[in-house]
Amino acid sequence: MTAAAAATSPHAWLQAQARWNRTEIAFWLATLLPFWLFPDYLVLASQIAITALFALSLDLILGYAGIVSLGHAAFFGLGAYTAGLAAKYGWGEPLTGLMLGALAAGIVGYAASFIIARFRHLALIMITLGMGLLLAELANSLHWLTGGTDGLQGVKMWPIFNKFRFDLYGTTAYSYSLIVLFLCFLVARRIINSPFGLSLRGIRENPLRMPALGASSRAHLRKIYTISAVLAGIAGALLAQTTETVSLEVLGFQRSADVLVILILGGAGRLYGGLVGAIIFMVARDQFSGNTPQFWYFWIGALLIAVVMFLPNGILGGLAKLSSAWRSRA
Amino acid sequence: MSAALATRGLDKRFGSLVVARGIEFSLPLGARYALIGPNGAGKTTLINLMTGMLRPDAGEILLGDEPIAALPPERRVARGLVRTFQINTLFPHLTPLEAVTLAVCEREGVARTWWRRVSAYSGVVDEAHAILSSLMLGADCYRPTRELPYGRQRLLEIALALATRPKVLLLDEPAAGVPRDESAELFAAIANLSRDITVLFIEHDMNFVFRFASRIIVMVGGRILLEGTPEEVSADPRVREVYLGKSHRTGVHHG
Amino acid sequence: MIAPVIGVLFDGFAYGMLLFLLSVGLSVTLGMMNFVNLAHCAFAMLGGYVTVTLMNRLGWPFFASLPFAFLLAALVSVVFERTLYRRLYRASELDQVLLTIGLAFVSVAAAAYVYGTVQQPVQMPSYLRGSVTVLGVSFGVYRLFLIGTALAITLLLVGALEYTRFGAQVRAAVDNQRMARGLGINVEGAFAFTFALGSGLAGLGGGLAIDIVGLDPSFAFTYLIYVLIVVSVGGLGSIGGSFAAATLIGISDVAGKYYVPELGAFLIYLVMIVLLMWRPAGLFGRR
Ligand SMILES: Nc1ncnc2c1ncn2[C@@H]1O[C@H](COP(=O)(O)OP(=O)(O)OP(=O)(O)O)[C@@H](O)[C@H]1O
Ligand SMILES: [Mg+2]
Repeated sequence: MTAAAAATSPHAWLQAQARWNRTEIAFWLATLLPFWLFPDYLVLASQIAITALFALSLDLILGYAGIVSLGHAAFFGLGAYTAGLAAKYGWGEPLTGLMLGALAAGIVGYAASFIIARFRHLALIMITLGMGLLLAELANSLHWLTGGTDGLQGVKMWPIFNKFRFDLYGTTAYSYSLIVLFLCFLVARRIINSPFGLSLRGIRENPLRMPALGASSRAHLRKIYTISAVLAGIAGALLAQTTETVSLEVLGFQRSADVLVILILGGAGRLYGGLVGAIIFMVARDQFSGNTPQFWYFWIGALLIAVVMFLPNGILGGLAKLSSAWRSRA
Repeated sequence: MSAALATRGLDKRFGSLVVARGIEFSLPLGARYALIGPNGAGKTTLINLMTGMLRPDAGEILLGDEPIAALPPERRVARGLVRTFQINTLFPHLTPLEAVTLAVCEREGVARTWWRRVSAYSGVVDEAHAILSSLMLGADCYRPTRELPYGRQRLLEIALALATRPKVLLLDEPAAGVPRDESAELFAAIANLSRDITVLFIEHDMNFVFRFASRIIVMVGGRILLEGTPEEVSADPRVREVYLGKSHRTGVHHG
Repeated sequence: MIAPVIGVLFDGFAYGMLLFLLSVGLSVTLGMMNFVNLAHCAFAMLGGYVTVTLMNRLGWPFFASLPFAFLLAALVSVVFERTLYRRLYRASELDQVLLTIGLAFVSVAAAAYVYGTVQQPVQMPSYLRGSVTVLGVSFGVYRLFLIGTALAITLLLVGALEYTRFGAQVRAAVDNQRMARGLGINVEGAFAFTFALGSGLAGLGGGLAIDIVGLDPSFAFTYLIYVLIVVSVGGLGSIGGSFAAATLIGISDVAGKYYVPELGAFLIYLVMIVLLMWRPAGLFGRR
């Protein structure tokens, strides 16, 4: 730390860690720009916000608690199908629909957390992968309910607060998604600045030391896994509501892999990593993937290799390193 | 007056390698004991057994009057049996302030709270800072742990253990790898610990062992060879033999 | 009445043998280095495409192509092992997962670029086509050949592991790497060789798989999942475990798809999760 820190009190130092800084405020102000600068891209912008929320939910377990999940789409999909089904069968109110999605994902996440917290390493990867695949297969075979490969049709949303209709340009969709993202972000930010968040970082940094401090890592892991499932469920519900359809790919392995890529690209364990990653990934995909998705994945693969080899903390980690090098030179 | 910590007939083997065999000893309240023995004698393994990181094949462990062998490690810590690690087992990206605050939060049961900031718990933060200051880490407590000099990290090992308010503290080579002048400082800090804490430390440097321990337990090949005062141990021919080899006749003496 | 059951068992067993060839290499290398290699099936896919290319473009016979599927997969894998993988042996499993998923993505895209996304047709030699009927049950000749090959390879592997010096080193390294190093075994070297051998076997499996499951660029991910299931159910580093798990998974998959097609692969995933919860280290794992 800087020389100034040495003079501060521990309270002041800890408070400073949790304080909003200028870059953060600028970032959130910038999320409003699309309304004026890219009014034609608000649909894309809302999808970015949704993906960012999904990545944020993964960050809480992977970046902060060290749980590697290859099946996080399970909760995204649960939220999406719950909100979609509620609207299809007559309850199109968005906010309660969102809560239903969160609830469904949270319940399944809580049940799964008892399994997740017991495992590490390969077994954990396999179990998360297996649960994701299991749910995808289940949705596929429950054709009468989910519409199977045809997707869930007939999702009709009511206006938000009975006032704001979901329009074709995505103005409502983006406003809605952005507000929900921001609120969830506030929750996540509070979590990581709390004593609980400190313990999570401890688990990530050194799971061996935690029991030697009298900490029960499993209880912490169960809790954060459930919270993360809730946030992922909200993201999924948002997608169902703003697109008024749910397709099987909300549960697919591809989605779990994509969100992992997004988070790693942005930088895990930094709260903003998933957000920055989502913006870059979604914009790039919108521009480049076109009608040859396999080449898109070539670049994604090459990028992953490059990040692991040369940029271990993602884009934000690289930037942080650059800026500290810059400051120490100045 | 019962012992602070006692074991009865602890056995442990890794495959065919016997690392603990019939281990029995007891630490009186407030004791300062040293555990010595050649490399591979099973000292660290014994700490692992007592703290629950390894499961003994047989035997009983008593903390005060309570049998604890069935408890998981974190519950033993909650009852006051705490250890440090021979190889630094720290949180590389956390600052010492954060790490010790974490430990205090866990002890106080506030680590479950996720809706309030850490800085809102000023009592906890004050205590963490006080522990760090008492171990001369006050000035370094805002730097990420991995950037600290090695000797400071060894001190942080102890600070983390103290933050759990131990009744019995097991120190596994607290000065391992630390230059000599710094290790004197480290042992001075250990000597200053409250007499309410019962301490067992592993150490290879006989000067420190004789200076800071009231009694010494000697372990060889997974067994306790003998237990006695520093004088008894240094006078025992068996100890000289295992420690210094048969050719070496100068013996163990006070430094 | 009984004939379809035997037919399903037979097809399932043949399929299991295929899964065994595809996964045994990953199991042993995972047991040795704990390296999570999600690109394993990319090497199998490479073997498949080598076979297809040699047969369809150069007109080589099937049996002449297979050794090259093995060799090329082994060779390419060891190049990656020396250049990329080895730098991550001590890294977190997350980094390993990311690197190897990245490789798998690249391999899928490369295969799609060169061969397109369509299924590759292969013409098996006439003596491997058709079936023989015994007591009213018909057995596919190709599947018989596949079973024979897999069993022969299993015997070779087990023999090599049990009775050669190198096998003893590999076993020691799987058992306890620390101790193996202490005994002066060159664990890295043994690993590189095992890695090449395992990938080569996967490549061979890829070549043999075409006639049964087809070949397109999604192979690297579709079969990765099966292979991971086999490995994690069988237990790391255990050839016998992989064999048993592959048989179990092969038969349950074929039977599931035959008797309850509407459930799809659901049963397999369920079997895996339940088995893992019951025995996290796999059926034959000791850790
Ligand atoms: N997990 C393990 N698996 C197998 N053997 C082990 C394991 N842990 C320790 N050992 C062996 O047990 C023996 C005792 O080890 P231990 O670490 O307890 O020795 P120590 O007395 O602490 O030695 P040192 O003074 O070097 O720290 C050693 O031979 C060691 O190699
Ligand atoms: Mg030791």
